[in-house]
Amino acid sequence: MVDEREKIVQVKNLKQYFNIGKPNEVKAVDDVSFDIYKGETFGLVGESGSGKSTTGRSIIRLYNPTDGQILFNGQDISKIKSHGPQMKEFRREMQMIFQDPYASLNPRMKVKDIIAEGLDVHGLVKGDEERDKRVRELLDMVHLNPEHMTRYPYEFSGGQRQRIGIARALAVEPQFVIADEPISALDVSIQAQVVNLMQDIQKEQGLTYMFIAHDLSMVKYISDRIAVMYHGKIVELADSDEIYNHPLHAYTQSLLSAIPVPDPAIEKTRERIDFDHSQPFSDDQSLQEVLPGHFLYCNAATAASFK
Amino acid sequence: MDKILEVKDLHVNFATYNGTVQAIRGVSFDLNAGETLAIVGESGSGKSITVRSILQLLAKNADIAKGSILYHGDDLLQKSEKEMDDIRGNKISMIFQDPMTSLDPTMPIGKQVAEPLLIHNNVSKKDAMARAEEVLRLVGIPNPEARMKDYPHQFSGGQRQRIVIAIAIVDYPEILIADEPTTALDVTVQAQIIDLLRELQQKIGTSIIFITHDLGVVAGIADRVAVMYAGKFVEYGSVNDIFYNPQHPYTWGLLDSMPTLETSENNRLNSIPGTPPNLLNPPKGDAFAPRNKYAMEIDEEEQPPYFKVSKNHYAATWLLHPNAPKVDPPASIKKRFEKFKELGGSVK
Repeated sequence: MVDEREKIVQVKNLKQYFNIGKPNEVKAVDDVSFDIYKGETFGLVGESGSGKSTTGRSIIRLYNPTDGQILFNGQDISKIKSHGPQMKEFRREMQMIFQDPYASLNPRMKVKDIIAEGLDVHGLVKGDEERDKRVRELLDMVHLNPEHMTRYPYEFSGGQRQRIGIARALAVEPQFVIADEPISALDVSIQAQVVNLMQDIQKEQGLTYMFIAHDLSMVKYISDRIAVMYHGKIVELADSDEIYNHPLHAYTQSLLSAIPVPDPAIEKTRERIDFDHSQPFSDDQSLQEVLPGHFLYCNAATAASFK
Repeated sequence: MDKILEVKDLHVNFATYNGTVQAIRGVSFDLNAGETLAIVGESGSGKSITVRSILQLLAKNADIAKGSILYHGDDLLQKSEKEMDDIRGNKISMIFQDPMTSLDPTMPIGKQVAEPLLIHNNVSKKDAMARAEEVLRLVGIPNPEARMKDYPHQFSGGQRQRIVIAIAIVDYPEILIADEPTTALDVTVQAQIIDLLRELQQKIGTSIIFITHDLGVVAGIADRVAVMYAGKFVEYGSVNDIFYNPQHPYTWGLLDSMPTLETSENNRLNSIPGTPPNLLNPPKGDAFAPRNKYAMEIDEEEQPPYFKVSKNHYAATWLLHPNAPKVDPPASIKKRFEKFKELGGSVK
């Protein structure tokens, strides 16, 4: 049943190392494989340093992957040249929403120029009139006042800036959007606004999202499937309900047991599960499908025990 | 109960190029011995300014326009800078949000932890270092005797926050102010730090004022909760009052906009529309009115007083006025009311 769905992104044995061969070599992403289906929201969670942002940045080719393949609509994009025409075409199809709405907008550019930059680069609009019209449509789509298109970023609040970032990403009509912690810098009451907006746009335009976050309750809410990353590896991947109701990996269990819940009765009886960080992985382990659609990083014997 | 701190009608203004920002507009609260009071609110609501006023750690352009802060009956606002120095880090101490910037990168951590003792108490350096080691062990730094000479960059984020906590508690303060102490940390580390604070509170009996925007964290640590919006407390009460019998529409909105693990993706998140008001020109009436779907005409005209919900539970909303129409709270809030009844509370 799973295979009937069309895969938009296939990541195969992706490795992203930094400082290769030096004493401070970092295996930020270490042999990670997963697929993202068209139209779904794929959540990637993990703690800081787990490699989740690096994975997103490797997929959109902000880095040159050390090894492995990234197929986008069946085409391998892991080795295309950074400044060639292929890259330009690819960048139109895949866009990114960044975490920090303060740092990711150029303070010296007007909102309309920020949003239209992609349109200009790809030659998608002819003349100022069409350009302004498109910018107005985009601002309207993210529920910002189109009259404000000549303002500068500092005139907007955090939530509004994040909407500008979303409008910029969607200006070139991508198929796939990577959102790297898009709401973690926002206040609780604003987070829900932005998440609802992202979901509405997804429904209207049939977008596929990869949603990177550390806020597990929000990830569960927005995602169809979730992958849990730890130390550069995916330790578990399953449907979001499945991962929350039946976490199999000890790390996932420990992560879930630490989420604070806004309910004092639950909080007072909470039992945290500690994860032993001393020897998380052994050589005989790999990511295996132990139950239908449920992948676990384990050895063959453990995998067999689910059969 | 023993009141150790009483903040009365605090008003703080900031002089800016654009005019006077009324950041705190009349905040009053008590702190009892040994309890944890959580102040929740969005950025800009004034929660950090409120607690920084207690220690007078405000920026130069700040002006405490009105109010008093009584510590054991003594007004801290009347104290000289020198007198405040004796209180800061000694009787009342503070844990800051960012463990990356609140430690001195050029000083070994043992010395940093011992520093408050050397400044405030007449102790020998040897005794101070011995105490620093003991406190570092207490906050869970492994091998403190060996690590006293290490520098902050040699520790992880969670460990650094433990060191910051060690500095704050080394002199066994009566009041510990924690300003978003876990916001920069991962969830598993956050859970450890909260456990640690609870444990320390039991061991040394300190009172804690805990500032956060995360209601999940509040539910776990607070005895009492104050919800802050636009420079005022809009609702305060016991942790059960706030989570199971909330009365202010802003509290409803905050609780309702968080997805719980039970929220499925089919039902939409309930968000609070709009953004907080600009406190350069605070609105004449209820500051929350423009974002409040339950707002009435009077909300535009007049600020609501505090209405008593039950003993120690108050909310500033006109909805509690006897003449106000009965409104239908969000479904998730009604569920909370049910739980309140199960716990033996009476819901209006």
